[in-house]
Amino acid sequence: MSIIPPPLSDFPWRVLALLAAIALFGTLVLYSAAGGSITPWAINQCVRFCVFAAMALTLSRVRVELFAALAFPAYAAVLIALVVVELIGGVAGGSQRWINLGFMQLQPSEFMKPVIVVTVARFYALLPVGDIRRWNAIWPALLLIGVPAALVLVQPDLGTATMIVAGGVTVMFLAGLPLRLFIGSGLAVAALVPIAFSSLHDYQKKRVLIFLDPESDPLGAGYHISQSKIAIGSGGLTGKGFLRGTQSHLDYLPEGHTDFVFATMAEEWGLLGGCLMIGGFVLLFRWGMRVAERAPDKFLRLVAAGLTTTIFFYVAINLMMVMGMAPVVGIPLPFMSYGGSSMLTVMLCVGIIMAIDRTAKRSAGSRNWG
Amino acid sequence: MKFGFSFRRSPRKLITEAAQSYTFQRRAFIVGGLQVGMGALLIGRMAWISVAENEKYQLLSESNRVNLTLIPPRRGWLIDRNGKPLANNRTDFRVDLIPQRVKEPEATIATLAKLLLLEPDEVARIREDLNKAAGFQPVPVAENITYDQFAAISVRLPDLPGVAPSQGFSRHYPAGATVGHLLGYVGTASAKDYEKNPDPLLIVPGFKLGKDGLEKSFDRQLTGKPGAKRVEVTARGKIVRELTTRPDTPGNSVRLTIDAGLQEYAGRRLATQSGSVVVLDCSNGDVLAMASMPSYDPNSFSDGISHLEWEMLSQDDHVPLRNKTLQGLYPPGSTVKPMVALALLEAGISPSDTIGCGGAMRVGNGLFHCHKRRGHGSVNMRTAIAQSCDIYFYQMAQRIGMNRIASMARRVGMGQKFDIPFPSQSYGTVPDPAWKLRKYGEEWQVYDTVNATIGQGYMLINPLQMAVMAARLATGRQLIPNFIHGARRPDPASVGASEEHLVIIRDAMNAVVNGGGTGGAARSSIPGIQVAGKTGTAQVRRITMSERAGGVRGSSSLAFKLRDHALFQGFVPFDNPRYAVACIIEHGGHMIRNEDAPMIASDTLSFLFDPTKAMEKLTTLEEGWGGTPAVRMEKQMAAFKLAKAIEAGAVPPLAENAAQATNAAEPAPAPPAEEDDAPPPPTPGNTAGAP
Repeated sequence: MSIIPPPLSDFPWRVLALLAAIALFGTLVLYSAAGGSITPWAINQCVRFCVFAAMALTLSRVRVELFAALAFPAYAAVLIALVVVELIGGVAGGSQRWINLGFMQLQPSEFMKPVIVVTVARFYALLPVGDIRRWNAIWPALLLIGVPAALVLVQPDLGTATMIVAGGVTVMFLAGLPLRLFIGSGLAVAALVPIAFSSLHDYQKKRVLIFLDPESDPLGAGYHISQSKIAIGSGGLTGKGFLRGTQSHLDYLPEGHTDFVFATMAEEWGLLGGCLMIGGFVLLFRWGMRVAERAPDKFLRLVAAGLTTTIFFYVAINLMMVMGMAPVVGIPLPFMSYGGSSMLTVMLCVGIIMAIDRTAKRSAGSRNWG
Repeated sequence: MKFGFSFRRSPRKLITEAAQSYTFQRRAFIVGGLQVGMGALLIGRMAWISVAENEKYQLLSESNRVNLTLIPPRRGWLIDRNGKPLANNRTDFRVDLIPQRVKEPEATIATLAKLLLLEPDEVARIREDLNKAAGFQPVPVAENITYDQFAAISVRLPDLPGVAPSQGFSRHYPAGATVGHLLGYVGTASAKDYEKNPDPLLIVPGFKLGKDGLEKSFDRQLTGKPGAKRVEVTARGKIVRELTTRPDTPGNSVRLTIDAGLQEYAGRRLATQSGSVVVLDCSNGDVLAMASMPSYDPNSFSDGISHLEWEMLSQDDHVPLRNKTLQGLYPPGSTVKPMVALALLEAGISPSDTIGCGGAMRVGNGLFHCHKRRGHGSVNMRTAIAQSCDIYFYQMAQRIGMNRIASMARRVGMGQKFDIPFPSQSYGTVPDPAWKLRKYGEEWQVYDTVNATIGQGYMLINPLQMAVMAARLATGRQLIPNFIHGARRPDPASVGASEEHLVIIRDAMNAVVNGGGTGGAARSSIPGIQVAGKTGTAQVRRITMSERAGGVRGSSSLAFKLRDHALFQGFVPFDNPRYAVACIIEHGGHMIRNEDAPMIASDTLSFLFDPTKAMEKLTTLEEGWGGTPAVRMEKQMAAFKLAKAIEAGAVPPLAENAAQATNAAEPAPAPPAEEDDAPPPPTPGNTAGAP
């Protein structure tokens, strides 16, 4: 052991520094998006980051056994909340995604993203080792994923539903289900796409169609993607300079501080800023996957890898959408997009991974697996 | 159960914790690889957009950010021969509506109407235009608004999306109505103009093109290159700041041969009459003045004339909408007599040959009178011209025949179409036997010759041609009227008359004015300057026997439209002509001496020698006429408005209004229409030439 005392060496300095760097960058972008003002977004985002980072650190001190124990109860609670939201929505009419608690608006589908990972991981941890190639290994997981995904989809929130399915399926994949299942069902999904498409809401269909050809309606529904590509494209190699983005400052770029914050950033910082940011996120994912590899048991492995992938899906879907490679589905960019819910979720993920990391380091000497 | 099926088929492997852990390792590696791969893909995609396609997106970003608006170029000035502006530009403020950006059309129009004090018919026009307009093509709301109104709208802009106030230039004609027909006016491009020349400049608010007169003919030179204003705008169209602005290149100015002072003087000197004056420079044919009055005020035409003003102008029996100098055709009357005399000399008639005038003579079946019923007695050529004896010319013309007279008439410019920068001109007729046969299929009769020699019958002339005739008689050279200062032109050909003959004619024309002839009123007020000329009267309708019996002896007893035209052509000084003049007073009837053609022509010429003195006389006269043309037009407008109000209010019209109502019943003549101003068909028989 080194000369640094264990409490300090245990402390996740590196990942915290990485997160702080990404968040600081995000704060700068929000400062610029507000026209060079720390209000209303930059200051809030900064405070939020500090609060949620503290929360994540607290979470990292929690014993990992508690996560396993709470997996199913948490899943049940979130599921009930989703049903409640659906019922309220049915009464109020239209699309409803949150419960108003009076002091804040709770969006249960947001919590489902990490919870589904923990729950499916818990399921596979409980599954007897030999059953992994049995039917028993599949249908409960599909049910666990399918019910909340369906509830979210009818809200309708295609982006979140996609992320729930992706998170759950990733855990299934990591749990060791036969590869051909994924290939087979991938083909089946490809065949089902046209049918699924016809059952979408009109505005969702429109989004998909416009994603395929954003220039077909540059002033209408394709406006978001067109303007986002203009912002990124006009940034060039090094960008237009801090506080000098015209697309965002002159309001051509819609949602420039939330879903399309990456375009705001890219306009001012160019490809260079984009590489730094994507590089930062890749480092974060690598940390998460490393933690998963070192994790002492199956549950923790699956949870760490699954949660890392959940964060990855946030980033990937958002960036693909912003760059015109995916339809506009309303997935924010972690640490960058202004908004509390997504940062809370991502910090929950990070906190849990940190807790797993701690456990892994503690048991590093005693256990040796793989 | 597809999955189940595939399960049963697959061989059972021995699955252990260790094997599963190994599987996880492999698969985690795949997931991690996919994550890095996705990162690489995203960076690749981003590089593609921002580096490979950078130019395209930068262009798009710029076209988002920068709003380019054309600045209409300032129109070149029209300046007179001394560089004095005849038409220049004045700063003005205007307001337009950008249809696509207007949020609440009704509320916006109502606010604007209140701020700009718009008339209800204007509001209706704006509403209509706004409904028809598409996209970004601006709808003009008001021009020439005051600075206060401009400011009032500018401060309310945040509440008035789509309203675009701007500062520009409007055409200004310092001399007002007196240059109306000469210069024409400017106006916004019509749909037809745009069809012919789809230049985006044409639909820029504030851009005007020449609509008539010299403004139209010189439009290309006068139109400059538009400037461009680049402003940074937000997505909602709010202007953030002005970027580099390329200024407009003003059009070239055009220097005319017109003498601004003389032009204005001539216009004002025409008094309350419906008439025209043309002054030429005898040395080269330069047109120094070409006035047609009454006229519209090109200032108000260029700003967009009100419906009421248009109505008033089109109903006026003094036809202010017609350019009489080029589109008015009149029988030249006795003003052709010097020309006929020149033809007589050319044909070998001696100027001393005499004819006995008994007041009338028989030609064929008709009895032709001299204007002097008692007769002139024995007259030679000089007396015949000075006294305007008709019988002398009836007799002499018969000796040489019409063809020789027609030939001379053409050489002095009658019936000639000049290459001048005006959209339209009527150029009249010089009748001869071949022409009559062609036109009417009838043989030329002796009475046709008789009529033609006194400028009646088929013969028609416009005031410009008459001035050309005067200049050619004065110089013996076929001068061509010219409007561009310093224009190069070939030396004019000779009229074909010997200097000896010309001296005889000039001497006779001097006698008209200064030798006790019919044109004594044209005697110059400038000491040492002698005006030579020839008077004329063109009968519009002969006085019938019954009217004569009823005491009608002259034009004064007839209705305006039936009165004779009064004409005068001449030059100054008589022995070494420098300037030539022509003046025609429609339906003047020689009724008021100081508003008759000879004195108007003479006073106009006197301005060239002593402007101060000429102006003094004019100012005194104008007091009697009720002020300058501008003042009189204003009064006329006020009276017209009142009459309209009475009409609308169903008040029993007074006698005056009744007369106006009669006028109103006549169809309104459109300004550019080439209405034939010819007199009623020629009357073989008792046509009388007059002074």
